[in-house]
Amino acid sequence: MPNIQELEDLTTQVRRDILRMVHKVNSGHPGGSLGCAEFFVTLYKDIMKTNDGFNMDGEGEDLFFLSNGHISPVYYSVLARSGYFPVDELNTFRLIDSRLQGHPTTHEGLPGIRIASGSLGQGMSVALGAAQTKKLNNDNHLVYSLHGDGELQEGQNWEAIMYAAGNNVDNIISTIDLNGQQIDGSTDTVLPMGSLRAKFEAFGWTVVDIENGNNVEAILKGMAEAKALTGKGKPVCVLLKTVMGNGVDFMMHTHAWHGKAPNDEQLAIGLEQNAETLGDY
Amino acid sequence: MKTYTNTGNKDTRSGFGAGLTELGQTNENVVALCADLIGSLKMDQFKANHPERFFQVGIAEANMIGLAAGMTIGGKIPFTGTFANFSTGRVYDQIRQSVAYSGKNVKICASHAGVTLGEDGATHQILEDIGLMKMLPGMTVINTCDYNQTKAATLAIAEHNGPVYLRFGRPKVANFTPENGDFEIGKAVKLTEGNDVTIVATGHLVWEALEASKVLNEVGISAEVINIHTIKPLDDKAIIESVSKTGCIVTAEEHNHLGGLGESVARALALHKPTPQEFVATNDTFGESGTPAQLMAKYGLDRDAIQNAVKKVLKRK
Repeated sequence: MPNIQELEDLTTQVRRDILRMVHKVNSGHPGGSLGCAEFFVTLYKDIMKTNDGFNMDGEGEDLFFLSNGHISPVYYSVLARSGYFPVDELNTFRLIDSRLQGHPTTHEGLPGIRIASGSLGQGMSVALGAAQTKKLNNDNHLVYSLHGDGELQEGQNWEAIMYAAGNNVDNIISTIDLNGQQIDGSTDTVLPMGSLRAKFEAFGWTVVDIENGNNVEAILKGMAEAKALTGKGKPVCVLLKTVMGNGVDFMMHTHAWHGKAPNDEQLAIGLEQNAETLGDY
Repeated sequence: MKTYTNTGNKDTRSGFGAGLTELGQTNENVVALCADLIGSLKMDQFKANHPERFFQVGIAEANMIGLAAGMTIGGKIPFTGTFANFSTGRVYDQIRQSVAYSGKNVKICASHAGVTLGEDGATHQILEDIGLMKMLPGMTVINTCDYNQTKAATLAIAEHNGPVYLRFGRPKVANFTPENGDFEIGKAVKLTEGNDVTIVATGHLVWEALEASKVLNEVGISAEVINIHTIKPLDDKAIIESVSKTGCIVTAEEHNHLGGLGESVARALALHKPTPQEFVATNDTFGESGTPAQLMAKYGLDRDAIQNAVKKVLKRK
């Protein structure tokens, strides 16, 4: 059993990283990043089995693909704090000559990243391809992916969702960040998507709900359940209900901070609400 | 003048199929994906021999490109197969982000390029694909001229680490390059020696260029015909060397003059050796239904068009 306090402490530190990264360059996407902090921390610190160091082919380890690449701040923070690259490098986020591009990329060789993402809707296909290669290689590790709920408006997802079930790709766990928000407003006002559970089930997936996606213990439990459902002939989807901007009160429950950085004063408030735990970079 | 013999018309897509079948036996990392066009792409044999390495994705090209990109992670070499239109324009952003920008070792194999797919008409006759693909950083762009060369190219791109666009066609065209010949990516092949004009052609227009050069030779015009199977990276050196002797050039391709081989050649010449050039290509237009021969004539892509372009460019020397 993982130490819950340690995971929560790391989550708080990751929130500080996110706020400081986007504040420094006055750009980036804090809202979705904050909402997924607990998920990334538990994924990298407990759920996934990864090898030391980074190898693009990732044989003999679990793989993760981020499809909604704009939440790069949380991805970079957790990768750095999992040892993929120096934590100090978070200082270079979105700066010229940096490996920490606005959206994640393999182009600059940042360890931990296996595909570029940012143009939405492409990550599930990529994750499925990697999952099928794992099967060909007799590698029984899993492939994880994360997608925004608004991102599911992109049609390619539904090609991939149909393909996964039709081909019994059962070594994948695709998580949907169900925060109900997108740039122009709530998902219900922009383009209502109805029941995602019903949709995934109709396409032949097994669906697991995590009602409190900002609670480390709930995530651990839900992902363990999802993991137990792999290898049974069906792809597995996790509907992770999160609060956009979680942990910073004025950023919560709104789409306003999807792609906006806090000013000096707002940063100070945000940091005050998330006291340093493991040390700032 | 060196002459070439057509050993019998064959479709270039069957050359791809034969190459893929051979790769199936020789390279266990090669996997193949197809979007509901197995017969058209001649992928049947690979599928029959290696069902576990063949992926039918259905009519879902965007997903196919993403799957292929993901399959490279873990060491597979994916070959995707569909028509040129659905291999490029339909999935441009997927190729751009998941393949080219991500530097993935995906081979995008595209049949039915250009007007010569014939009766299906303009919806399927892409004339912009070379431009689309050559603009992507890191993408190698190959357009083969006949069955034998398409087979050789299919084998060669498996050995090349990086994304490749391999373009071929539907109709049966002259087969005249050596069986089991070498294929060096990025290397022009000089087919005839000539002094008056350089003809640089790609795809099945290479044969048209050879036929045109025979007729030109009879009227005392000596043409140097170069087969450019790789449009990117372009063999600048071979082209510059040839025009240094001939002083003028005709480019020939089954593609829009915007974005095609002709433009790549013009850039190389503008930078290194400004030379009068005429373009045998489509003139910023869509195609239409018809037989391949009718379309080649109507859109100015056949041997007559090449001869006329030669006569025109000679006057500009």
